[in-house]
Amino acid sequence: MKRRWNWRLWAGFLATVAAVFSYEFFSRFPVTRDFPWANLLLFVIAFVLLGQGLVRAFKRPAQYRGRIFGSIATAIALAVFGLFSYELFYVVRQVPRSAGAPQVGQKATPFKLPDQTGKTVSLTELISPNGAVLIFYRGHW
Amino acid sequence: MSDFSSRGVQVAAVSVDSVEINRAHAQKLHFTFPLLSDAGAAAIRAYDLLHEGAGPKHTDIARPAEFFVDGSGVVRWVNLTENIAVRARPEQALAAIDAAQAHP
Repeated sequence: MKRRWNWRLWAGFLATVAAVFSYEFFSRFPVTRDFPWANLLLFVIAFVLLGQGLVRAFKRPAQYRGRIFGSIATAIALAVFGLFSYELFYVVRQVPRSAGAPQVGQKATPFKLPDQTGKTVSLTELISPNGAVLIFYRGHW
Repeated sequence: MSDFSSRGVQVAAVSVDSVEINRAHAQKLHFTFPLLSDAGAAAIRAYDLLHEGAGPKHTDIARPAEFFVDGSGVVRWVNLTENIAVRARPEQALAAIDAAQAHP
């Protein structure tokens, strides 16, 4: 008998790809960036589909194709999920302690730096008269 | 941004990016506040915010942090983000500013 196409394996693999490539999109919104639950949801969907597909391929190989493809796709999905988790749950939390950063009540260290027009701006100018918010950021690259 | 200017508070951003990069970004994103170029990371170091090797090609950059400094130069609010994926929301800074302005 002709074996059926195991669509769940393909759908699971596509969901894995979507889980990774949609990160850039979801990271534009704080609600899905602060904790990447949308991407994790896609991974859950991916593994459910891959799991169901593997069960069919291995328990009923006479009816369903996909033992080799399913095994490879699942291995790739697991590796991708591992890398994703490592980046988003470990690497982003590796920040220096910055124990020497000015604390509330201390004087802010003065500085003079050029702005985007090339003009030199000093902290003293910025804070006059009502204070200033300083945002130190990693940079756009 | 108008929330800050309505309180008379300036906003300035600091990174190791060059003046040219800052000019391009300010244009593209229509930023009107100063983007300060700390190419040598002198101010970043003075504030102990250096993140060695974390930039592209292992360059030194700043770890993200925000401060509200009042008119007399005193720090009234600090936010050292522990997760670089999480950005400070403006509401946090505004609440700190309001608190500081209520109790100068």
